[in-house]
Amino acid sequence: MSLAFDLLLIAALLWSAGRALTTPDLFRAVVLFIVFGLLMALAWARLGAPDIALAEAAIGAGLTGALLLDALGHLRSSIRQKSGLIAPSAAHRSEGTGNNTPTYFLNGLVIALSTVLGLALVWALLELPEPAVRLPELVAAEMAASGVAHPVTAVLLNFRGYDTLLEVAVLWLALLGVLTVARARMPGPPRLTRSSLKVPRLLARVLAPLTLLVAGYLLWAGAHQPGGAFQAGAVLAAAAVLLNLAGLLPGGATPQWVLRVGLGFGLLVFLAVAAAVMGQGTLLQYPPAWAGALIMLIETGLTLSIGLTLAGLYLALSGATRK
Amino acid sequence: MSAGLLYALAGAALFALGVAGLILRAHPLRKILAFNVMGSGAFLVLVGLGQRDGTADPVPQAMVLTGIVVAIAATALALALARRLLEHGNEREETDA
Repeated sequence: MSLAFDLLLIAALLWSAGRALTTPDLFRAVVLFIVFGLLMALAWARLGAPDIALAEAAIGAGLTGALLLDALGHLRSSIRQKSGLIAPSAAHRSEGTGNNTPTYFLNGLVIALSTVLGLALVWALLELPEPAVRLPELVAAEMAASGVAHPVTAVLLNFRGYDTLLEVAVLWLALLGVLTVARARMPGPPRLTRSSLKVPRLLARVLAPLTLLVAGYLLWAGAHQPGGAFQAGAVLAAAAVLLNLAGLLPGGATPQWVLRVGLGFGLLVFLAVAAAVMGQGTLLQYPPAWAGALIMLIETGLTLSIGLTLAGLYLALSGATRK
Repeated sequence: MSAGLLYALAGAALFALGVAGLILRAHPLRKILAFNVMGSGAFLVLVGLGQRDGTADPVPQAMVLTGIVVAIAATALALALARRLLEHGNEREETDA
């Protein structure tokens, strides 16, 4: 029974991904991609990874979907402004495949080589030897010293804390890149965007505080069950997107200084903790008695900064309308 | 065959699908979608392979969690660049005409 469900889910995953890449209409492609993200969340739940399922639903399907739909909206309006000559579907047609024989041949070659790549990967996966190191048992053995009760959080913020530290830095760099590109197009202070999608203000005003509550809960729950800074940050960012769509939160590529401090806060707290526990010998090796408190401190900072950064990615892009 | 291995194989198929899409589709937005499909495939391989003997492994799960956040950051940056690129193309067409 569960095998049938797995096969059905995998078929749906492959179908939605394939259609998202092949359907001629870009809007339909984006919607299919969001469907694909939600199916991925189901797959994570099926694989017993509720942490990833939460993150995928909020980030992979939700925020990525919002970013893609927003980009598509800007793309369409700029094409409509540019010329009455080009039909609305011209943006899609220009990506089409040519009819001449060499193009057909090349396309066939690419499809054939990709199939070979896929088959080689499948073969490699099936031929893999048994792992020499049993990671789950290592993690289970060290859990008592980690300061938290949830294994994924222990790995994220204790055993492999430097991964997370670098990841936050990457996230921050990406936002810098987006701001740099977006500010070239829309200098000046943040402003409210005119959105074609109207979210009722009352709904946004009621939902936003509840979203904060959910984010706080997810952050707190991360210590002993699925949840944590990433999911909480994603939920915070979702609140910002909702407020922006309701016309209550301005978007723009020039954050005020309070916001800038908030964006770097998580990374700075993380770095400060890393510097403070340097005496332990290894990078980010917490004293066992302090581990729980330090992890909660870092996670709180990270929730704020990840939420602001993810929201910033959306607000910078949606606010950067031409003229 | 365990569910983990099954999803890892599906991940390999998704990765190959993404590679084909990335090469064949010319539109930047479509390339970004293909890139994300490739990423999802790689994530499935990581987590699925980690638990092919049936026990969940928190290490690849934590790495994929990190990966998802990095993927959206990369997507946002790619979208910013793609929009700039498309607008630049439009402007050039105007000056050429």
